Amino acid sequence: MNARLIAFLLLCPVAALGQGFAGLGTDAAGFAMPAPDPVFDFPADHGPHPNYRIEWWYVTANLTGPDGTDYGVQWTLFRSALAPGEGEGWRSPQVWFAHAAVTTPDAHHVAERIARGGIGQAGVTAQPFDAWIDDWQMVGKTLDNVRLTAGGTEFRYDLGLEAQGPLVFHGDGGFSVKSAEGQASYYYSQPFYRVEGSLDLPDGIVPVTGEAWLDREYSSQPLSSTQSGWDWFSLSFDTGAKLMGFRLRQTDGSAYTSATWIGADGATQPYGDGALTAEPMRNAEVAGREVPVTWRVTLPDRNIDVTVEALNPDAWMAVSIPYWEGPVRVSGSHAGRGYLEMTGYE
Amino acid sequence: MTRAVLQALAAHWRRNPLQFFTFLAGLALATALWSGVQAINAEARASYDAAAATLGEGRFDQLVPRAGDSLPQETYVSLRRAGWQVSPVIEGVLRTDGGRIRVVGLDPLTTPGALSPVGGTRDIDLDSFLTVGVLFANATTAERLAGLPQEIVTDPSVAPDTALTDVGVAQRLLDRPESLSRLIVAPEQPLGLPPLDEVAPGLTRVAAQSGSDVGQLTGSFHLNLTAFGLLSFAVGIFIVHGTIGLVFEQRRGMVRTLRTLGVPLRRLIVLMLVELLVLSLLAGGIGVVLGYFVAALLLPDVAATLEGLYGAQVSGGLQLRPVWWLSGLAIAVLGAGMAGAGALWRIARLPILASARPRAWAMAAGRGRWLQGGAAMLLLAVAAGIALADAGLIATFALLGCLLIGAALALPLILGAVLALGQSRAKGVIGGWFWADTRQQLPGLSLALMALLLAMAANVGVSTMVSSFRLTFIDFLDQRLFADSYVRGNDREQMAGIEAFLQARGATVLPLLRVDSRLDGIPAELMGARIGPAYEDNWAFVDAGPDAWERVAAGQAVIVNEQLARRAGLWLGDMLELGGGLRLPLAGVYGDYGNPLGQAVISEARFSEIFPDEAPRQFGVLGMEPDDLRRALSEAFDLPPDSVVDQSTVKAFSLGVFERTFTVTAALNVLTLAAAGFAILMSLLTLSAIRLPQLAPVWAMGLTRGTLARVELVRALVLAALTAILALPLGLALAWVLLAMVNVQAFGWRLPMYLFPLDYARLGLLTLMAAALAAVWPALRMARTPVSHLLRVFANER
Repeated sequence: MNARLIAFLLLCPVAALGQGFAGLGTDAAGFAMPAPDPVFDFPADHGPHPNYRIEWWYVTANLTGPDGTDYGVQWTLFRSALAPGEGEGWRSPQVWFAHAAVTTPDAHHVAERIARGGIGQAGVTAQPFDAWIDDWQMVGKTLDNVRLTAGGTEFRYDLGLEAQGPLVFHGDGGFSVKSAEGQASYYYSQPFYRVEGSLDLPDGIVPVTGEAWLDREYSSQPLSSTQSGWDWFSLSFDTGAKLMGFRLRQTDGSAYTSATWIGADGATQPYGDGALTAEPMRNAEVAGREVPVTWRVTLPDRNIDVTVEALNPDAWMAVSIPYWEGPVRVSGSHAGRGYLEMTGYE
Repeated sequence: MTRAVLQALAAHWRRNPLQFFTFLAGLALATALWSGVQAINAEARASYDAAAATLGEGRFDQLVPRAGDSLPQETYVSLRRAGWQVSPVIEGVLRTDGGRIRVVGLDPLTTPGALSPVGGTRDIDLDSFLTVGVLFANATTAERLAGLPQEIVTDPSVAPDTALTDVGVAQRLLDRPESLSRLIVAPEQPLGLPPLDEVAPGLTRVAAQSGSDVGQLTGSFHLNLTAFGLLSFAVGIFIVHGTIGLVFEQRRGMVRTLRTLGVPLRRLIVLMLVELLVLSLLAGGIGVVLGYFVAALLLPDVAATLEGLYGAQVSGGLQLRPVWWLSGLAIAVLGAGMAGAGALWRIARLPILASARPRAWAMAAGRGRWLQGGAAMLLLAVAAGIALADAGLIATFALLGCLLIGAALALPLILGAVLALGQSRAKGVIGGWFWADTRQQLPGLSLALMALLLAMAANVGVSTMVSSFRLTFIDFLDQRLFADSYVRGNDREQMAGIEAFLQARGATVLPLLRVDSRLDGIPAELMGARIGPAYEDNWAFVDAGPDAWERVAAGQAVIVNEQLARRAGLWLGDMLELGGGLRLPLAGVYGDYGNPLGQAVISEARFSEIFPDEAPRQFGVLGMEPDDLRRALSEAFDLPPDSVVDQSTVKAFSLGVFERTFTVTAALNVLTLAAAGFAILMSLLTLSAIRLPQLAPVWAMGLTRGTLARVELVRALVLAALTAILALPLGLALAWVLLAMVNVQAFGWRLPMYLFPLDYARLGLLTLMAAALAAVWPALRMARTPVSHLLRVFANER
């Protein structure tokens, strides 16, 4: 999810400096800092945390059309604070931006929105749940049952999401460490959405069904300066179990990995650095650069040794801060599908 | 050999320094006028572009309020929530100690493309732009903004008198919370957008390009200037054409000699072309420098005019922009090339042993004369056609072009006919010789006379237009400014207090409510007036239905100015939407000269219904001496003396704006006439040199040199007088086109045409004087021609 962090870096060039106050609970600019052993308060914590610098509501969905064609859908709302707290009207320091995409085996449609907070153009309320920017919306009585809409110049989608399982928390009860130096975020997910809806694509309207995964994450810390990019996997196996794993690439060639095993019942087991491995197997040229679109992912502790392959290698997100994000197929020791995000491939 | 040929070519100029001067001066003058006008236009356009670039006008469609000057911020949010990709803009005037500054606020996150000033390489980050507040302005404006708490960043690309900042900061500075002026529409919109009417029925979409109101309004003014520049250039080219024709004519002998000596024709032509190019670049360079001074001299007036007339901000400083100095050089070379092409062609076709005797200018052959006549008729017919079709502004300028060139082409034919008539009526030998000799000289002089015709016709036309405009305008000011004084107050309470105070003293108070607005999508001001006898007695209508004032007073109708009626295509009885859901029929159309904006007047009561928050900012006061009023208000309300303005001051100010508007026109007029006089001088001078062989026999038969000189002078006067007489109807036709067509299209009002015979007589006299002055020197030279020169003519006779 480096894209999100790069975005944040871009908006806050000064913020890359001034680390090392983690123990105090706030950083130099007055932002709150994630601390271990978090206690979440739902539904309030589904809403925004303006005292944290960056936050997102990140939905990815693997869908199937009536003819068996695979589709991927992304809906992401980011909040990035220029200063902690809220302000009146245009004075609000909160900036919102969002990305939406639909990926088919041979096309990838992308759109982007940016908005100021404070005037009603974008925002999130926890109860009833409503996350919106312009006409894009994720709205429902509760987070368990939401309607997801977004669109661009060449596509639109309208999906109903219904949670079939509990929220899951990554890292240590939702405190997810992102580097050996201790950068961390609050990170929880709802990976159990069942989806039904339709995609409006240039070739016509397609009814779809499938599953979706919501990531919620908020933090005030950017990546460590020695980290160059990020490969992030959310995989759903046919057995009903799921795996979230990421690999933070260091500039010296090493990597920091982290993973969460999610049982079909929602029981989780976190894995620290080194338990998960992810190696690129095949690159493709995408948007003028080499991007690994086939991966070997292993988690020996769970006997996972799978090949993760992009449904459409051209899933390039040509937005202000471009990155690769698209649906994947999983084969090998376990079969299934999921989503892959890759950033920092220059 | 090349060197020898070049020396021979240069020798001609050394022997004829006057021709050299004529060539350079003519071309330089033409280039100067042209590039001066272009420089002014370029400067003004750069100013508009800077304004447009910061506002995105011209490049993007915009949503503007159907009526009124603002839209609620909620409408912006509703549109965004409906999927419309629009970006907010707020615009208003900030009064600082340094004067009025236009503040433009935009949202850098939603502006389409490269519109926003942030994001460049400057050290201003988005963070401080959005939160602290940063204003971008050019250096001059930045100084005047120094008192503000926000950070000021100097950026030369920002339009003059404009400051650019975040929309939120602008709302605070302008004290207009939650209010926007308009929305920029991004070129790419998502699928399934609901129609604008459903989401924001109060807004209307203005297409790109036409969104630039200033560009639209001032376009006609610049077209005017360009037309004048072209006219001056044409006059200048007449001079150059004459000189080049003469130079090549006189060099026939040299060309023959050089070719007999073995210089290949091709090399000779190439060298002559190079000579022409070098000379025209030299003249063009001088012209561009002169043009810079012309522009620098006129620009402050033009800037003042554009601001006074259109509210457009134009920087008063002149920059050396490649667009105009390059075009100046190019047109100098092109003009010289055009003028020299015919002469070079003739030299190329000259048989090597043909007589080298100058032909005393090519006598127009019969065929050429018919061709010229045909072209003149055709151009005049096209002009008439355009006049009947009543097409757009560009077509009307084409009409002017056709009319002027057609008349110029017809001039030698008409003069020829008149001279032939004179010859047939002539008594006595000298009289007969005078007419015949004048006819013989006509082809050589015709280009200079055409220049004179054009210059004088332009003078008649433009001065008739300006004077008609002036009369109408003064009349209009008298009607409009009928109140004795005008009072400005600070706020609603004070204005109410002043009103009660004055009414108690028996004065008639006429409050004037106004908002900047858009009516039918056209920038306009909406006024609320207390209709009473004062209005009914003083205002004159261009067209009005019965009881127009009564209906307006009763709140049942609206009256609009002529420019709004013409621009919106509305006339009596049509309905006009005024904002706040109010639609009223048009009861009258009034003349409103000098106002670039549309205007509509409704009753005070109606106005307050739509804009309950607007208080009158100004009163007209009748029935009290301005000085008494000033004193009384100063004592009772502590109003500063300058908040009471008497009628005569307002009139003087308005007339001042008016006079400035035409300073440029007048200056160009004088320059054009001077250029035409110069053309005559040069033509006569060169002719007199060639005409020696024709005059020598006349001298030999007994006419003294003095008589010959007087005849020459009279001839110049006769030709100038004939041309002046012909220029008068042409000038009047020009004036009619300007008043009845150009004015309507450029400004939106049609003016009655008045005639000014005294002015024309004065101009005619001026023309004769110019011609006489031009003829004096050649005549003097004639009178002083040594007898030996005259005798040599016979000695050289073969």
